[in-house]
Amino acid sequence: MSDTHAQSVAFVRETEIPQSPPPALEAGAVKWVRENLFSGVFNTVLTLLALYVVVRFAIFVFPWFYNGVWEASSRKECIDILREAGKGTGACFAVLVDRWDHLVFGFKYPPEGYWRILLAFLLLLVAAAPALFSSLPRKLLMFTAFYPFLAFWLIWGGSLWLPLTILGLIIATMLVFRLISSQIPVNNRQIVSGVIGVICGAGLAYLLFIGAQELVFIANSVGTEGVISQVAYGVFWIMAIFTFVFCVPMGIFVGYAIYNSYEDGGLVSIVASLLFGYLAFVYLLSPIWMALNSIIPIELQAVASRDMGGFMLNMLLGTICVSLSIPLGILLALGRQSPMPLIKGVCVVFIEFIRGVPLITLLFVANVMLAYFLPPSSNFDLILRVIIMITLFSAAYIAEVIRGGLAALPKGQYEAADSLGLDYGQATRLIILPQALKISIPGIVNIAVGLFKDTTLISIISMFDLVGMIRGPIQNSTEWTSVYWEVYGFGALLFFVVCYSISQYSQWLERQLNTSHH
Amino acid sequence: MTTLADPHKESFRLSMLLNDTRYRSLTFQFIALVAIIATMAFIGGNLVRNLAEAGLNISYDFLGAQAGYDINQRPISYDSQDTHGRAAMVGLLNTLIVAFLGCITATIIGVVAGVLRLSPNWLVRKIMAFYVEIFRNVPVLIWILIIFSIMINAAPAPNAFRGDEPTASMWLFDSIAVTNRGVYLPKPIWGSGSLLVVGVFIASIIGIFLFRRYARKQLFDHGRLIPTFWPSLALLFIPVILAQLVLGTPISLEYPALKGFNFRGGITILGSLIALWFALSIYTGAFIAENVRAGILAVSKGQTEAAAALGLRPGRIMNLVVLPQALRVIIPPLISQYLNITKNSSLAIAVGYMDLTGTLGGITLLQTGRAIESVLLLMLFYLIISLSISFIMNIYNNTMKLQER
Repeated sequence: MSDTHAQSVAFVRETEIPQSPPPALEAGAVKWVRENLFSGVFNTVLTLLALYVVVRFAIFVFPWFYNGVWEASSRKECIDILREAGKGTGACFAVLVDRWDHLVFGFKYPPEGYWRILLAFLLLLVAAAPALFSSLPRKLLMFTAFYPFLAFWLIWGGSLWLPLTILGLIIATMLVFRLISSQIPVNNRQIVSGVIGVICGAGLAYLLFIGAQELVFIANSVGTEGVISQVAYGVFWIMAIFTFVFCVPMGIFVGYAIYNSYEDGGLVSIVASLLFGYLAFVYLLSPIWMALNSIIPIELQAVASRDMGGFMLNMLLGTICVSLSIPLGILLALGRQSPMPLIKGVCVVFIEFIRGVPLITLLFVANVMLAYFLPPSSNFDLILRVIIMITLFSAAYIAEVIRGGLAALPKGQYEAADSLGLDYGQATRLIILPQALKISIPGIVNIAVGLFKDTTLISIISMFDLVGMIRGPIQNSTEWTSVYWEVYGFGALLFFVVCYSISQYSQWLERQLNTSHH
Repeated sequence: MTTLADPHKESFRLSMLLNDTRYRSLTFQFIALVAIIATMAFIGGNLVRNLAEAGLNISYDFLGAQAGYDINQRPISYDSQDTHGRAAMVGLLNTLIVAFLGCITATIIGVVAGVLRLSPNWLVRKIMAFYVEIFRNVPVLIWILIIFSIMINAAPAPNAFRGDEPTASMWLFDSIAVTNRGVYLPKPIWGSGSLLVVGVFIASIIGIFLFRRYARKQLFDHGRLIPTFWPSLALLFIPVILAQLVLGTPISLEYPALKGFNFRGGITILGSLIALWFALSIYTGAFIAENVRAGILAVSKGQTEAAAALGLRPGRIMNLVVLPQALRVIIPPLISQYLNITKNSSLAIAVGYMDLTGTLGGITLLQTGRAIESVLLLMLFYLIISLSISFIMNIYNNTMKLQER
């Protein structure tokens, strides 16, 4: 082509120019620095400011950390060591070495049992793995199901037969359910349903009768002094009359409903297995495990709940409360979506109430108030009461997250499930929840992290978790008084490691579950 | 030929209560109602029995009894002769003060950090990411305690200000003293004629508002751009200063001064309040920063590019195009962060700041032994605060919402 212009153009290059390297300012590290740090007056000022902050921080912290004393028996000794070495500033990490056991396990847990806690923690990682990573073989979930019983035995000690018997009874209950719902032919099931219906109906009527008497008792003890008391008196009497009137019809009706379900077997098998489970736990549990234990004793030293402490207590509360609150949260979320006004109302009031008050007030409830609402004979210890309240607390938050997931599902999914002829339980279990939960996983993980951090609040009702240990026994001891940075820094580090890993996992999972194409 | 016969009308049978979807939900609700009443009977019966056993009764008379304890930070007048009810009110006001201050500073910190996390500057971006991750992943209680111990240990004692060669000095022309007991600020003394100065101040604020509206009208009607920032600033300060000078400084300041072992005079802000306020703002600020970042990222890039194509400068793109759209995404989570600040302010009890939890749920509860009454009242107060915040913020959210057809 060049020859066509040969006459009109003075010079035409026939060969390509060899590529020259980019200008020095536009390549490599220099380019990166220019673009990312000094790309304008404002940016340069920001960079210099940030550098100043970083350098000041490093100058302040680094010598302190580097000069840290790891071996000393008191803060005074730490200061002496630093002074002898002629160092101006230095941390006293010796407190961590000296009080390591207290920080991690609390000060009452028997030291010869520390391996049990560590083993339980390692097994927790194993048990959590199949639930967290879907690429692992599903059979590992069997271990996850078994883990709570094992962990209970490891941490609280006592006889291994107790958790094993509980596990056995739960399996037996499930077998009863399977047996009635699918193994018994319909004719025989009619007889079983009749018997169970009569038992349950009579039992319910009796319970309601007792409840009505209780209401009368409450009304009479409220008395009629003052307007509020009079109103309460009236309300309790109305409820009592209502219960009196309906105790027998309710018993008959529920009994009839159980009998009536003989054809598909759903209700009767649920009620029968619950009944069986209740009776088994009341009458069979202790004889069986005691008998087994007397034949082959497998025991660890028993540790009372109040002896738990340190970071272990935070982990314990976090794990237990999160795992308990997820099912409860799902139920609350479904209840809030329900078209039945009463059930919806109860769920809304519960959720909004819990979300409206700080956790610390609920812990006050656990500490000073809950005992008044339980039967006088029962002795729930403080940890159990705290677990109940924290579980209720996080269940309300998780319910809101799951409600978001339920609301985000297209209406077509509900309609498709209906048009396939699935009933409410099937549709929820097979169509709605798997999708809604998938959407809400990041939110649930956020709540779980928040809850784990909030377990430090129990130090305010004088329980000795990590913060409680620091504020109580460590800072009040004569050796380690006025040691702040080292212990709080250590606490912050422990929480950071756990929470940061969980949130990184959540982000990873979000990417995994993101099936939409961008 | 066949005709469709009317479906024969079923008479009501008992089994329809279970199997007919028209009646089933009623049945369920009835059973639920009975279950709720039975649970209430169980709980109430236990309560009555336990109270009788402990020789207690439910009564709120203690609110009228003399409290007998002192509160170090008092927004309204209070002394130990006053009632428990008044102590609870002081606590409530303290809670509201720290929550209000915390919301403002957390918003400022959060917006700045959130915008800086998206800065083109690598170093700034990383520092902000570090800040957000560090604060989000460590319990707020630990932060409160850390910052409180900084306050106690790093700030000088009032003693350090004494003598000819003090080791510590006051800030801003000897008007602010930062000590380990708290911060002392100058206190305005309202002399005669100060009402006039306040009136001038309010008038100038209204003036600024009108001036801005006028500038806006000019811009929209005639396309004339009137600078508003400097005139507004002038309008805010000059009339007030003039009024002060003309009227002979009716509003004077009382400076804190070292007397005896401590500073006297001026406004005292306790170290515990500052630690709590700072810890809550910086902790919640990290969460708000993430919300702000998510909100800005939610505005599609095309909006920024379109604005740039129209010739807007980067600052105006942010103010006029990106932030108004991002705000719709940011506000709902911001509301829940404000609620979190209010609820987390109950951790004041850990540093001895006498908020609602410290008075009603702390000393009053311990002194009177009225556990149930105190805790219920405490919950009620928090519930009212939370519900009103979310109510107000929801109204605001609705006004900000995109008006869709």
